[in-house]
Amino acid sequence: MLKGHQSWVFDNKPSILSAATSVGPFEGQGPLAEDFDIVHSELYLGQDSWEKAEKAFLEEAAKMAIQHAGLTEGQIQFHFGGDLMNQIISSSFAARTLAIPYFGLFGACSTSMESLALAAYVVNSGGAKHTLAATCSHNASVEKQFRYPTEYGSQKPPTAQFTVTGAGAAVLGREGNGPYVTSATIGRVVDMGMTDPFNMGAAMAPAAVDTIEAHFRDLQIEPGYYDLIVTGDLSKVGYEIACDLFKKHNIPMEQTTYSDCGMMIYDYKTQNVQAGASGCACSAVVTYGHLLNRMRRGELNRILVVATGALLSPLSYQQNESIPCIAHAVSIEREK
Amino acid sequence: MVSKKKKKLTPVMQEYQALAKKREPSKFAFIKLCRAFLVGGLICLLGQIIQQLFVHFGGFSIKEAGSPTTGVLVLISVILTSLGVYDKIAQWAGAGTAVPVTGFANAMASAAIEYRRDGIVLGMGGSIFKVAGPVIVFGTVAAFAVGIAHIIFDPNIVGG
Repeated sequence: MLKGHQSWVFDNKPSILSAATSVGPFEGQGPLAEDFDIVHSELYLGQDSWEKAEKAFLEEAAKMAIQHAGLTEGQIQFHFGGDLMNQIISSSFAARTLAIPYFGLFGACSTSMESLALAAYVVNSGGAKHTLAATCSHNASVEKQFRYPTEYGSQKPPTAQFTVTGAGAAVLGREGNGPYVTSATIGRVVDMGMTDPFNMGAAMAPAAVDTIEAHFRDLQIEPGYYDLIVTGDLSKVGYEIACDLFKKHNIPMEQTTYSDCGMMIYDYKTQNVQAGASGCACSAVVTYGHLLNRMRRGELNRILVVATGALLSPLSYQQNESIPCIAHAVSIEREK
Repeated sequence: MVSKKKKKLTPVMQEYQALAKKREPSKFAFIKLCRAFLVGGLICLLGQIIQQLFVHFGGFSIKEAGSPTTGVLVLISVILTSLGVYDKIAQWAGAGTAVPVTGFANAMASAAIEYRRDGIVLGMGGSIFKVAGPVIVFGTVAAFAVGIAHIIFDPNIVGG
């Protein structure tokens, strides 16, 4: 179980029984479109507000994941989830519909792996037979809450990121044929004094490197253990900084392939997304859609997903606070 | 010069920020200035054309034509905002679309559209000035300061 300072090794190998993703139209135009279960043609999903639409995305993904696992809501003991809205309303309101005993989490965009780590922990320790980990984000609701009204004409700097619209959910169980969640490293909050909310990649990169470094130290492995290591949503700017930091800290990332979910979901050439993607749904839909598909096809055997989160609020920014950041790593393996 | 803010940072933070700064793409680009100049100029040209139309076909004097011209520009901006086009033009044009009166109309209309779903009174009514509010507040303050300066340097203007 506890290994090293801040990592869990899951001896009973909780299995990801099923996963489901639901995304908006803009994600459907990106290079990963084939990997998503549902691509919607509009952003509202028949709801009358962005916030309600975000909840609808989550409900849809969660229900689909449960259905794919051949289970019903009643057979899932606990639901771990969160989102970016104030008081995590999207997640909690979806939990009202699902009626599964619920843990509401907030780790900004790192919630995707925070929820997966906790869901795996509970299954591994015998606290549940089945658990659900689900997160969502919506571009327009995030713009409305953290930035400007969606139709307001402000020019975004090249470091800005585009929040992913969508939701990803995974059902974990004690018995299953994999992929398996084998370990997790819980990150600490790292704040390098960065203050620009339009450059979150640079704020989050040190947190990601800190957690990855801790993961290798705790588990006494090297990057080469994994076929692929992905960070959540550092995007172009943060990714380059992270690469610099790995070199500086002598972490031999060249042994493996290192990528970032925020750089995978959109096409930089045709989609105007500045530095790349972000949001709770970014790492969730890339992991639960694209990466699990690649594992099922046998292209990847061991991956480490490091979801990164910027723990700021519009208020903390207005009060000149810097941006505290966090990252949680979860390793997923094809074989036991 | 070390700013007050920087002094609070630890050496590790300062070192990191210097590293991060190197990887940050420059926000400044000459092409952006050109775009802003071009689009801002085109909007002004459009305003001039509308004004001339009011003068030639509406029987307005040049001075009278100012208000309806602004009205038409605001209307065009609000329509483009409602159609979801204005923010896309703005990403390309930058200050070119933000500085003219169309930018102000966009700020009001986008807030009105966004917060309409939170209720007409508390949502739209309460938040319509969210973006444009500071412009009005500091515009008024600036006008007051300029007015005072005017009185001091040109006393004959009082009462005129």
